[in-house]
Amino acid sequence: MDLSPIWLTLKLAAITTLLLLIVGLPVAWWLSKGRSFFKTIIEAIITMPLVLPPSVLGFYLLLAFSPQHGLGKWLQNTFDIQFVFSFQGLVLASFIYSMPFMVGPIKSALQQLPASLAQASYTLGKTKWQTFKNILIPNIKPSLLTAVVLTFAHTLGEFGVVLMIGGNIPRVTRVASIAVYDSVERMDYASANAYSLILFCITFIMVISVFVFNKYQAKSPLE
Amino acid sequence: MIDIAIEKKLKVYHGRQILKIDRQFANGSITKIYGPSGAGKTTFLKIIAGLISPEKGRIAVNNTTWLDTNININLSPQKRKTGFVFQDYALFPNMTVAEHLAYATDDKDWIKRLLILGKLDTLTNHKPAHLSGGQQQRLAILRALAIKPKMLLMDEPFSALDPDMKAELTIGLKVVFRELSATVLIVSHNPAELDGLVDGELYISDLSL
Repeated sequence: MDLSPIWLTLKLAAITTLLLLIVGLPVAWWLSKGRSFFKTIIEAIITMPLVLPPSVLGFYLLLAFSPQHGLGKWLQNTFDIQFVFSFQGLVLASFIYSMPFMVGPIKSALQQLPASLAQASYTLGKTKWQTFKNILIPNIKPSLLTAVVLTFAHTLGEFGVVLMIGGNIPRVTRVASIAVYDSVERMDYASANAYSLILFCITFIMVISVFVFNKYQAKSPLE
Repeated sequence: MIDIAIEKKLKVYHGRQILKIDRQFANGSITKIYGPSGAGKTTFLKIIAGLISPEKGRIAVNNTTWLDTNININLSPQKRKTGFVFQDYALFPNMTVAEHLAYATDDKDWIKRLLILGKLDTLTNHKPAHLSGGQQQRLAILRALAIKPKMLLMDEPFSALDPDMKAELTIGLKVVFRELSATVLIVSHNPAELDGLVDGELYISDLSL
């Protein structure tokens, strides 16, 4: 059996999670502080992939990054980057598609911390960054872990968006979920079962470990 | 001399009211602040610390302007560096007693002295969750003192202490306040609580709009 879809999926999930952690933390922090019309719009856009059919997102990404015209053409000509039917395209799509799973839990956790925690740190002369690093982040660790694991697990399970923008190119864009579909189409049920079982086990172990590490206090991403 | 004249609209459940204070505090003075609930006592302290901005006003501390809404000066809480004891203590759940003080200051001798003052010297490795209410409140006071503030703002700082502990701590604090020549504002609901400690009073009333 060809294990490359599994490795490709794990690589995609790891890169996506890392990128989302770097970008998602400051975004969640920004969203957690105060309200404005602009913030509401941004938050709505970030949350959209939770409810939008993945094929819709994939379709628009396909349009936007198609090398024949517009942005896709410009990226192709200027930087020689192609997002359609390429691994970096999968990373971009996963980044957008999994963002609510990273930003949501972190934002809720930051909002639930009493405002006086950060205020106390400010009166001690600490900068916003020192406060974020030393006070806020350490006190939302369980939610941070939940966010990381959910983002990773969610990226493992992508299908529609990945199929739309990435297609089904062996070793480039054929991730495990697509390999399952592809195997079934070819009536190769043994391979479909193997891929499915591996995905099932990985996901199960990850979710279980969140509950164990958070001492059964893990929160659902939708809370 | 600390010169404060501020105006801030407050939203309360029965409408709006205004917090209006115009008052000078002598350097090194200890003032008790009292008044009905919701009149804006906590807001007043937070305005001085720079955590809340008033609509109008000016705060000058020994000829340094901390706030002047007319010329758009509003120093950050970090620059004002007031010692602030929060009503809900605002202790950091991830830090032990020792880490709280080390986060605020590098002065190890000063930390040692504060721990003895607050009788927390045997609990340095405990996190807030493993301290009693009174111990948590004392830690909040010590953390505010750790930065050796010239201005100390205390929001109901003795509410969880038993009378004996309160009496003993008050004596110790008085010495420290004098040493730091800190100007201290203490919000309190208990009329007799601060007898012998304070040398002035400020009544904040609720002015409806």
